Amino acid sequence: MMMGFDPEAPAFDLTAIREKLSRTTGRTYWRSLEEVADTPEFRDFLEAEFPAAAESISSGLDRRQFLKLMGASLAMAGLGACTKQPVEKILPYVKQPEELVPGNPLFFATAYPVSGGAAPILVESHMGRPTKIEGNPEHPASLGATSAMTQASVLDLYDPDRSQVVMSAGEIRTWNDFVASVADVVTKLRPSSGRGLRILSPPTVSPTLAAAVGKVLADLPEARWHQWEPLGRESVREGARLAFDRVVEPRYNFADADVIVSLESDFLFDGAGQVRYARDFSARRKVSDTSSSLNRLYVVESAPSVTGSKADHRLALRASEIFGFARALAAELDVNVVEPAGLQNHAKWISAVAKDLLANKGRGLVLAGPSQPADVHALCHAINEKLANAGHTVVYTDPVEQSAPTPKDGLDTLVADMAGGNVWALFVLGGNPAYEAPADLDFVAALGKVPFTVHLAQQQDETSLHTLWHVPATHYLESWSDARAYDGTVTIQQPLIEPLYQGKSALEVVSLIGGTSTGTDYDRVRDYWKAAVSVPDFEEFWRRSVHDGFIAGSQRPALDIAVRSDFLTYLAQLPAVDKDAGELEVVFRGDPTIHDGRFANNGWLQETPKPWTRLTWDNAALISPALAEKRKLSDGDVVELLLGNRKINAPVWTTPGQPEQTVTLHLGYGRTRGGHIATGVGFSAYALRTVRNPWFASGVKMRKTGVHYPLATTQTHHGMEGRELFRTAALTTYQASPNFAQEPDHHGALEGHADGEIPSLFPDWNYEGNSWGMTIDLSACIGCNACLVACQSENNIAIVGKEEVLRGREMHWIRIDRYFEGDLDNPAVYNQPVPCMHCEKAPCEVVCPVNATNHSSEGLNDMTYNRCVGTRYCANNCPYKVRRFNFYLFQDWDTESLKGHRNPDVTVRSRGVMEKCTYCVQRINSARIQSRKQDRPIRDGEVVTACQQACPSDAIVFGNINDETSRIAATKSDSRNYSLLAELGTKPRTTYLAAITNPNPELVADAKSSTHAAEEGGHL
Amino acid sequence: MAAPVQARQRPYKPPVLGRGQTFDTVTDKIASVVDRQEQPRGWWIAFTVGFALLNVLLIAVAWLFARGTGIWGVNNPVGWAFAIINFVWWIGIGHAGTLISAILLLLRQDWRTSINRFAEAMTLFAVACAGIFPIIHTGRPWLAYWLLPYPGTMMVWPNFRSPLVWDVFAVSTYATVSALFWFVGLIPDLATLRDRATTPVSARIYGALALGWRGSVRHWHRYETAYLLLAGLSTPLVISVHSVVSFDFAVAVVPGWHATIFPPYFVAGAIYAGFAMVLTIAIPLRRMYDIKDFITAQHLDYMARVMLATGLMVCYGYLTEAFYAFYSANTFEEFMMQNRMFGPYTAIYWLLILCNGISIQTLWFERVRRSPVVLFVVCMFVNVGMWLERFVIVVTSMHRDFMPSSWFMYYPTVWDIATFVGTIGLFLTLLFLFIRFLPMISMFEMRTLVPAAEVKEEH
Repeated sequence: MMMGFDPEAPAFDLTAIREKLSRTTGRTYWRSLEEVADTPEFRDFLEAEFPAAAESISSGLDRRQFLKLMGASLAMAGLGACTKQPVEKILPYVKQPEELVPGNPLFFATAYPVSGGAAPILVESHMGRPTKIEGNPEHPASLGATSAMTQASVLDLYDPDRSQVVMSAGEIRTWNDFVASVADVVTKLRPSSGRGLRILSPPTVSPTLAAAVGKVLADLPEARWHQWEPLGRESVREGARLAFDRVVEPRYNFADADVIVSLESDFLFDGAGQVRYARDFSARRKVSDTSSSLNRLYVVESAPSVTGSKADHRLALRASEIFGFARALAAELDVNVVEPAGLQNHAKWISAVAKDLLANKGRGLVLAGPSQPADVHALCHAINEKLANAGHTVVYTDPVEQSAPTPKDGLDTLVADMAGGNVWALFVLGGNPAYEAPADLDFVAALGKVPFTVHLAQQQDETSLHTLWHVPATHYLESWSDARAYDGTVTIQQPLIEPLYQGKSALEVVSLIGGTSTGTDYDRVRDYWKAAVSVPDFEEFWRRSVHDGFIAGSQRPALDIAVRSDFLTYLAQLPAVDKDAGELEVVFRGDPTIHDGRFANNGWLQETPKPWTRLTWDNAALISPALAEKRKLSDGDVVELLLGNRKINAPVWTTPGQPEQTVTLHLGYGRTRGGHIATGVGFSAYALRTVRNPWFASGVKMRKTGVHYPLATTQTHHGMEGRELFRTAALTTYQASPNFAQEPDHHGALEGHADGEIPSLFPDWNYEGNSWGMTIDLSACIGCNACLVACQSENNIAIVGKEEVLRGREMHWIRIDRYFEGDLDNPAVYNQPVPCMHCEKAPCEVVCPVNATNHSSEGLNDMTYNRCVGTRYCANNCPYKVRRFNFYLFQDWDTESLKGHRNPDVTVRSRGVMEKCTYCVQRINSARIQSRKQDRPIRDGEVVTACQQACPSDAIVFGNINDETSRIAATKSDSRNYSLLAELGTKPRTTYLAAITNPNPELVADAKSSTHAAEEGGHL
Repeated sequence: MAAPVQARQRPYKPPVLGRGQTFDTVTDKIASVVDRQEQPRGWWIAFTVGFALLNVLLIAVAWLFARGTGIWGVNNPVGWAFAIINFVWWIGIGHAGTLISAILLLLRQDWRTSINRFAEAMTLFAVACAGIFPIIHTGRPWLAYWLLPYPGTMMVWPNFRSPLVWDVFAVSTYATVSALFWFVGLIPDLATLRDRATTPVSARIYGALALGWRGSVRHWHRYETAYLLLAGLSTPLVISVHSVVSFDFAVAVVPGWHATIFPPYFVAGAIYAGFAMVLTIAIPLRRMYDIKDFITAQHLDYMARVMLATGLMVCYGYLTEAFYAFYSANTFEEFMMQNRMFGPYTAIYWLLILCNGISIQTLWFERVRRSPVVLFVVCMFVNVGMWLERFVIVVTSMHRDFMPSSWFMYYPTVWDIATFVGTIGLFLTLLFLFIRFLPMISMFEMRTLVPAAEVKEEH
């Protein structure tokens, strides 16, 4: 019912209307004659139809109400401004910034600073968002590769649990409040030259930061800088001090090392030089023909390590026995030491190693890990000098850490001072001592005695809870700084993005202590280098250094030093017998994925299966099978570990290769504060760690509690069941029969087909252009997980959480299969990365009912997510089990900050679809676009998959098989090349190069493997 | 009135109808179940249980759609589990109906008359239960129609090489033909019900469904032709459906699936399972509705014999599988069989052998075959055994295939079980609604068994 007018009603008084309209001034809009006439009928209608509007119409424009509303709106708008809205620029570029093409990523060189040396990297940036870390190929410490942790560090930038505001005593404060408060404290302490002012930070590799702290200390001479971190390298420094009377950094040259003896040094996986060391080491493991020579690796260790899994001969000893072993070895090498007793069982082993070292003087290397005491390090230095290895396979340089810390500036002195009331102001710049500090220090109690405490951290963690101030720290991709790599080469660390949450860098806070609250880190770093280098054109130097990612020629030069003579005397006087009661020992290690706990909130690393154990989301007390048997423990049984008067509860995990009387505990878990992912996962092994025994302690008591705790592993079966999945041979076998890996196996299907292929009714497809393929050199692979995390980062792979891993639903596109073979107590360990095989005759393609997975014209096995309905038939029919299904909506589609890290070139998959390795098809496509623009074929090496790029040991080769000059074609024709499950006739495009080991003929009974892999089944 | 089935030269056949039945008593006895308002207590109990379980199914499926396939226990190596096991189990059960209707019809086994109607109904309901699973087991069930070949704007067709697409055709054809066959068979009886209807509503409904059946000779003539044609059409389906279902496995490369014995072995298993289910239903029904004169001990005996025969074929299948696993000298096959027998699911394998292999050996004895209680127990064993068989095929093959690194255990979740028992609820609900509203035994065919219907000469 529109108009309720009675047709009989009086007609409009048009005269009156005209009059009314003529009376109005200005513009008057009218909608109908009725409105102008303003008849009672119209009012009635209006009232019936729009009761609310009727009033305002009838009363004309209510100015008062209008103003009220406007006022309120303005006030609301003002309130809205209190929370900072994200800047959402929708304007197009009027002038496009140089080099920036929307849709094409840019790469910036910078460095990921870690103690002991930064990781030089290139960061891929999409329209201002850093998304992916890659190694800096120009930099000697990277050569283009990275570690898994470096790969994962980009996720921390977008961590939704990052601290976003300055806090004091539980309240949100401003940065200016903090500035005023620090100025106040520093002014008060200035008269006493800064007595009671302490800075606690991890040892830094940043020259600018060290100089800034140095300036503060010069200004306030009584102030002190304590450097400490839980997985510190004290023993390395003290070992050097013992041997050389000064702190030097040993730098190894694995390229020239023929015989390597590692005493708990996990040089392939741990420490700043790992990426380069892995590259050099693996280069010596690759064989191209039978004349190739291999290095030989002996590892003696008390806890399973990546390096240990690569050893030709591995000896599992208790941590406390290793010094004895080192002395026994030294004695065989004519170093003047008293040979300890108790290692008779290993006499043959020791003498064989010694013989090998003596035969390779100048080409051998003996090195120790940070978990071994200073004496062992010093002894290694002495041995290397004795064997003339020093100067060849190891050189000594000034320390990479700026202002190498001394024991008197350690954490224990600081805590003693704090407890004694001698500390007035404590600045904790990074680290998380309330969680990490040795349990006997009681850092938290001591912290309570310090009136003014500051914690600079990326998260509000355990330490922030107890400090007066908490300042959000910048991520390294958000701030300017500089950092030395393991060899001393300096990288100017440039930011990729403005701080997301107004974080502050350590440099800013140190400058603040020094009295400067203005200025930028950019200026500080630049000014430092302006003063530090003398170059004709600083601007040119600066631009080049920032662009290249390193300052050319800043590598630390080798020092010419010798082991001091009184050390040898000291060695000779050491007591003959270790006080060894054969008690159960506990060994502490950094976690192989989340390190000291700093990555506890990083989902990628939490879900990365740990080397050896393949555990995710938890740490465990690793025990040997023999101990498990003796104590009747099975995986997941919770035990109470009692050490002195401290105890923890931990689930056990039986780990072949673990020394019998040793329990290995990984640090970094059991966080109580630090983000959604970190909190409440695993147990904290720090609770057993003391100042005196940071790495291992004897006399731990283990008691079964009867509680069971489920541990999530990605691999439940550890033997190969007699299947020739991982093929390996000793060098001598390989030399005798170079085609051992391709010889027909015993499965029947391939019998009579010496070419390794079963016949097919279907003719082969002829690929005219590109035909992609991959090889993975098992000789080179060390199983470090870098490929896995790189793949996760590149391809937007979701994490699923512990519950889902327990159900077998992890999503990794490339996994590392780990098989044990041989002796249960000290097995051979085989790591085999398994991405999609991109089978030429792919079983998955046939069975998909909706054509969602197809073969591309270049041989790829493509997956069309949009077409997938999720029958999972393809995954069932995949013999390699590389397909991954989205059982739930695993991707986090809601958390705003996480949207930033995703690769825009890769689809973010939704629930109910299958996914798998694509050979980084987005990278192939971008190379194809480039090549088409330039009207040329894609060059060899132009497409680098994410896994290949990250691989520290250069084990993965990818390219066009049709290109006969390519690296991939060369590897495919290598006699070690074999296909996984070739007998199924799937014709995989991903193939493997069989692993060659180099066991010492004298120890061949102990050797990893003398023939094929898994003759008739492993023992496990 | 012509009898649909006539023997030319009758050797002695034991009577399959109780003594003293006439045309009237037969019609009355069967139609009264539908006519009368009161149902026996057994009906109420069974229907209530079925309906409650049907609600469980609805909840389980709603939760599944809301959350995703992850609510089930399936994981990376074991991509299929309960859903596919249930699918194959139900579709197997659905074989008896067509077999009884079509093949036994063509073979002129007149004892089929008293069981074919509800066996066909059971087939339909079992296929309905089965049909749910292929749809809901997909990751994105709302897109399951992509398996159908329809001309869409995307111009993408299903992959005709995939056995899952064959399944779509096989199962939908089977469902359509079974439904038609069942409905056509119902028409004369619907007319009877129309004529007996006491309320106008039921008269109209049965009348509409009876499609104007008047029982004229012309009607009968066409009816007979149509019924025979449909029987002819259904016969190959009995063989084809389960053969195609077996291709889901046989076409794959997975050891334990990739076997040429699968089609006949699956078909035998399906008939075996179907007859077990027919007996599982018939034995309580004949007691509940006192129709022992219609479903006599002779019927039980015959069905038990079919079970024994097909059960032995299935056992032969088991032996063949085991033998070829060892005879092939293929590592993966050998391991698969060893793992089935002695691996982590060993109990399920041996339980399967007990249920399907050992329990039916009792059927060699006539006393067992004619004892409703004992036969019922044996049938329950077979029902369970056939489910376990599919579990063994699906799960134990998948959970340890080629790559030991990917081996993983499968455990069902509460939602797996809820979905399964939920379909039992759907089945019971549909079955008891059918019993309530439609004649469970073919009245007009039963009338032909009455001695008075005996035609002495051929016409």
